[in-house]
Amino acid sequence: MQEIKNLIIKDIILEWRQKYAFNGMVLYVFSTVFMCYISFKLKTNTIEPITWNTLFWIIILFSAVNSITKSFIQEKAGRQLYYYQIAKPSSIILAKITFNFLLMIFLGILGFLIYSIFMGNMVENIPLYILALVLGALGFSASLTLIAGIASKSDNTSGLMAVLSFPILLPLLTMLIKLSKNAMDGLAASVSYDEIIVISGIDLIVIALSYMLFPYLWKS
Amino acid sequence: MRKIWWKFLASGLLMYIVIFGFIGDVPRQPILNETIRNVYFHVPMWFSMMSLMISSLVYSIRYLKDGKIQDDIYAVEFANVAMIFGILGFLTGSIWGNYTWGDPLPKDPKIIAVEVGLLIYSAYFVLRGSFEDEQKKARLSAVYNIFAFASFMPLVWILPRLTDSLHPGNGGNPAFGKYDMDSSMRMVFYPAIIAWILIGVWITSLRIRLKLLNNHLQENL
Repeated sequence: MQEIKNLIIKDIILEWRQKYAFNGMVLYVFSTVFMCYISFKLKTNTIEPITWNTLFWIIILFSAVNSITKSFIQEKAGRQLYYYQIAKPSSIILAKITFNFLLMIFLGILGFLIYSIFMGNMVENIPLYILALVLGALGFSASLTLIAGIASKSDNTSGLMAVLSFPILLPLLTMLIKLSKNAMDGLAASVSYDEIIVISGIDLIVIALSYMLFPYLWKS
Repeated sequence: MRKIWWKFLASGLLMYIVIFGFIGDVPRQPILNETIRNVYFHVPMWFSMMSLMISSLVYSIRYLKDGKIQDDIYAVEFANVAMIFGILGFLTGSIWGNYTWGDPLPKDPKIIAVEVGLLIYSAYFVLRGSFEDEQKKARLSAVYNIFAFASFMPLVWILPRLTDSLHPGNGGNPAFGKYDMDSSMRMVFYPAIIAWILIGVWITSLRIRLKLLNNHLQENL
């Protein structure tokens, strides 16, 4: 437990020291939203609620892939070897997932704020939408962290990352879009219990698998 | 001779389902009419794809446990043949859909699921292609195979049951088992499943033997 905490703190400090990477992610979200604003809102001045929702999730998906890709490549191989000797692989993956989860929640809520300022807020049940964001952040961080671990071993990390992660995230993404559409329409939370249960189930499976499979990755 | 009895079984059953699949009696259903015979070919494709994928998963797990390169070859070849069966199932389905639903690619969660599944396994082969080192390639792709399989399963088994689907058995549509199929159809349908699974295993075993022999030759060069 202490080990995991230390590793998370290490990641946060590292992120804080290289602020340019963090600022880059925020700018990424901002500029994508701005691009959507220019191409949808300014041109036609109308946007269908379904398009609004899907566009938002695609922005979140791309920023998640972009920001989590660097989980394992920002530190040099020598330092990875050092971690390998002092920490258990299971604590490393849990620490990375937790860190990426926090990062994704931050990016998701920031993205939601910017998005609603530019594109107009169409959500009626905001707590449920935030819940969808949190569940999504959990699933994205768990599966993308493991895939970033796989992709970091190859030469073509970012290309491989997209190819490997998109089909795996699709089931989660469709459920999330459905849940958040319910939240947009202002339906009571009890209507969406099915979706919430399925999404939490997928999240749990993904976390458990990352936890079990990561030690094999870490060896190589 | 002891080990090849199942190959005779597979070819015999296949012969039986081709003959009785086309001349056997089928119930007259509105819209479906004679196309219901596709059930002997379309549905078993999915059964064999699933069983080949599960075998691939089992060999991936075994590879991670023991680290024998042979298990990796098994896993890849099972995935390869599973993909071929997936494509065949997709094609037979779209021909069928063209005549019954009026559209080869209608909006349907099961079709989307299988498209994603084919994408996942293509990604698996891309991943394998991007490594030179054999052990590294085997380990990373085994990890991805297990992970992909686990995220593919909810897509196929859970999501279609939550949404409306044109396929029987989902979203309020009755399953085939209920009243579409009579007992004479079942006499062909169940052997068809067994036969196609055996054919899949047979093709895979040939590919595995070929690959092992190739490896052996290269080592002795």
